[in-house]
Amino acid sequence: MKRSGRIAFFLLSVTGFFAVYLWGLLGLSPFGHYPGPYGDVINKVAVYERHATDVVSAVNFDYRAFDTLGEEFILFISVVGATLLLRRQKGETEDGGAEDETPERNAPSPSDAARAFTLALIGPLVLFGLYIVSHGQLTPGGGFQGGVILATAPLLIYLAGDFETFKKVTSHTLMEVAEALGAGGFLLIGFLGLILGGHYLQNVLPLGKTGEVNSSGVILAISLATGLEVAAGFVLLLYGFLEQTLEIRLKGGGR
Amino acid sequence: MMHFLSFFPYAVAAWLFVMGLYGVVTSRNFVHLIMCLAVLQSSTYVLLLSIGYRWGAVAPVFAGPPVVGTPAVDPVVQALMLTDIVVEATVVALLLALAVQLHKNTRTLNPDELEALEG
Amino acid sequence: MNGYYLVPLPVVVPLSAAAILAALNKFVGRRLADIFAIAATLTAGAVSLELASISRVQPLVYWFGGWTPRAGVSLGISFAIDPISACFAALVSLMVLAALIFSLRYFESIGTLYHVLMLVFLGAMCGFCLTGDLFNMFVFFEMMSASAFSLCGYKIEEPESLQGSLNFAITNTIGAFLVLSGIALLYGRTGALNMAQIGRALGQHADGLVVTAFVFIMAGFFIKAAVFPFHFWLADAHAVAPTPVCVLFSGVMVELGLYAVVRVYWVVMDGAFAPYRSELRAMLLVVGTITALLGGIICFGQRHIKRLLAFSTVSHMGLMVIGFALLKPEALAGLALYVIGHGLIKGALFILAGILLHRLGTVDEIELHGHATDMPISTTIFLIAGLGLAGLPPFGTFLGESQIEHSAEALGLGWISIVFYLAAILTAGAVFRVWAHVYRGWGKVGAAEKKGAKKIHDLRETRRGHPRPFEMHFAAAVLVALAIAVGMIPGLEHEADTAALLMQDRAGYQARVLDHAWLPVIEAKETPRSEVASLARSTVVTVLAFAFGMFAISRYWPKKGFFSRPFVLVVATLRKAHSGHVGDYVAFLTFGVAAFGIVLAILIR
Repeated sequence: MKRSGRIAFFLLSVTGFFAVYLWGLLGLSPFGHYPGPYGDVINKVAVYERHATDVVSAVNFDYRAFDTLGEEFILFISVVGATLLLRRQKGETEDGGAEDETPERNAPSPSDAARAFTLALIGPLVLFGLYIVSHGQLTPGGGFQGGVILATAPLLIYLAGDFETFKKVTSHTLMEVAEALGAGGFLLIGFLGLILGGHYLQNVLPLGKTGEVNSSGVILAISLATGLEVAAGFVLLLYGFLEQTLEIRLKGGGR
Repeated sequence: MMHFLSFFPYAVAAWLFVMGLYGVVTSRNFVHLIMCLAVLQSSTYVLLLSIGYRWGAVAPVFAGPPVVGTPAVDPVVQALMLTDIVVEATVVALLLALAVQLHKNTRTLNPDELEALEG
Repeated sequence: MNGYYLVPLPVVVPLSAAAILAALNKFVGRRLADIFAIAATLTAGAVSLELASISRVQPLVYWFGGWTPRAGVSLGISFAIDPISACFAALVSLMVLAALIFSLRYFESIGTLYHVLMLVFLGAMCGFCLTGDLFNMFVFFEMMSASAFSLCGYKIEEPESLQGSLNFAITNTIGAFLVLSGIALLYGRTGALNMAQIGRALGQHADGLVVTAFVFIMAGFFIKAAVFPFHFWLADAHAVAPTPVCVLFSGVMVELGLYAVVRVYWVVMDGAFAPYRSELRAMLLVVGTITALLGGIICFGQRHIKRLLAFSTVSHMGLMVIGFALLKPEALAGLALYVIGHGLIKGALFILAGILLHRLGTVDEIELHGHATDMPISTTIFLIAGLGLAGLPPFGTFLGESQIEHSAEALGLGWISIVFYLAAILTAGAVFRVWAHVYRGWGKVGAAEKKGAKKIHDLRETRRGHPRPFEMHFAAAVLVALAIAVGMIPGLEHEADTAALLMQDRAGYQARVLDHAWLPVIEAKETPRSEVASLARSTVVTVLAFAFGMFAISRYWPKKGFFSRPFVLVVATLRKAHSGHVGDYVAFLTFGVAAFGIVLAILIR
């Protein structure tokens, strides 16, 4: 369709769509008056039953842990897919030691102060990420949030100016294995529930005391496995994209 | 009929969805299109969170066992939203990977210029 | 009960196998990866079949984490197994097995990544069939989609592949988020995510919110099911995806979209929509008919074999929507049988196209004219598959078709049979035409035709090797044989009827899931059917389809002149609408959702 025809057709349709959507939204209870039973029941029982003070994590990693398993595998398969799609094609070589040559992005190389600062941040960042991952059952946090924070630590190495060091630190094979271990770890914990409790993903580890790090059984274990997988997955994604834009060249020098 | 301000967050969600659709239809650059898709996805976050909110309630993070009768916000929608965000991030990553390779092969990111699949 | 522990396995086993293979990516050889993947698929299939036979006696309800519902409020996620969902999971496993066997020796795999993607795809589809929780369904939908996008864009050297994959990914992602918006609306009304609980809480009244939620969920899943006007992405994706992936897309993935609509309607929505069944039926019949005829017409005009088969899938999805639209248990039983028969046949046809690609390097009908005359096995299987597509008895497609038509006649809608016949003539006719052109060398191809439709360049997806690979022919032959066998199983119609009644039994489903009830399965009544009449009609239709295909390549086919002008114009306009531009697709998508919403709003007022 010609562009103007398409836009006219679309504007007409989307007005109808918007009207239908608003008409449906009118049937909701007014904002601020959540009615339903699901959230209230969980709020009442989660702390007692699971010794976890962060109810959102309890929902994510215990009550609806199977959804989280699915979500983790969506991440896993997207990283695998992106790795597959960003692979080196036939007729391309890796131009080692290349720098970003795009004329529009002519940024100056990082100064020494910037390098020192970013490198100094790596330690606290890893520590912070580990803190978030391991305290998911107590305060807002958990495997996903902490894992993403952990994944930004190697990124700082690249930002400090050096793609080669980035590649050395985050060995591709190690990251792949780590990601698969994280995903497999989650599945294994589920099997543990199946064997010891009769239901897949049942919370069978000792529940501990509310408020301590080592509490709420399976929630902590799943959180750690998820954190490992998310961190490794995002590093793999960064690796793939950076390699594509910075390094891979057509044979013969074209881009 | 709801008071307008009680309805406003839901309307924002619908508007975001519509804006995302408009961006996807009129885009001339695939990376821009994928970002419009991300806008569309964020409309579901707004919708989910607005549904779970409760005036004068606390966050569902308790310092100890909750006192009976403490109104708290719905934790389930927040958990759903966490799942939703991960799904969005990964789908966007996949799409961007496709766009990168497309640019490398055809030198263009403009949907108008791709004619291989007509008919 | 023993079967109880088997329930999570069809999902968990393939996912575990995928994780293990991914960890061993750089350490394990191709042969081991193949064996491991096939073993995992066989396990999932065997468990699904076992679950199907157990649930025939008593449908299973499984709560993950042991979170059983309290006072009717469900806390965790449930899997609700009944024969239809378990059989669908078994069909999925079978198709994945066929695809893996096809790709055994020659398909280019990047480490073990191909196997990882296929296994997660399998696990996601099985989970999608078996789940009883709406948000869980969304999660598996996205898992299915993420692996499908990557598999579709597999051949990254081909720019068309990337464009097709982008079109596929963008439209289906919008669909997924439409579904999520619908789920959020339902959650806002009922405070539940479990399908049985939502169904119970919605009650008998359909107001604006329920209608909008249903429209969003239905439209989102119809995008996956490639129903008009959401079908544009299917042909693009099929034209460029590798053959084993096409087998899965057409064989099971699009049918899953329709399965989701059927499941959501019967468990969640039927209570609210019961007084409006005839209006809903009317709207869905229109949609199904347009899809069937549109798909058939464009299918006949294609020269790229995979695209031709893709449009025939669109057409058959239209027929399946008609089967659902009748909203009767007999039609639903016919639909289930039709899905099985069609999936097997379509898979076989795509495998044969893959054999052509492997041996001759192209799947363009005009280019291949007369080049496959020395492939006797393929020639036979292709012809038999064409017969199956037309609905010749005793194929499974015939069984399903005749039941749907019988149900339609009982409702006084006899014209539906004509839609089935036209779709069969168009799509099977196209397949027969391809057979005649490619495998027999009949008909002449003029220079004008060579310039005709735009060509899509196909890259080889397999290593050069033996011209008649055993695995590929074996896979195709087994699928076709099963398609015939399905139609000949005694008592299958009765089983399908019972299973359909079970699927439509909303109160029973809710009681089993929420109240731990132990209700027996109600057997369907034996209905007499006029066997001879439908046998005769289907045979006649098949003959007509064959004749139409031969007519198309004979010298009597009107290429110029007064009579062919309007047809050529119509077909050309229709084909122009399929422009390959994602903006067009999304514009049609928006139009479709808006139209569904407005029509239903008017009909229900």
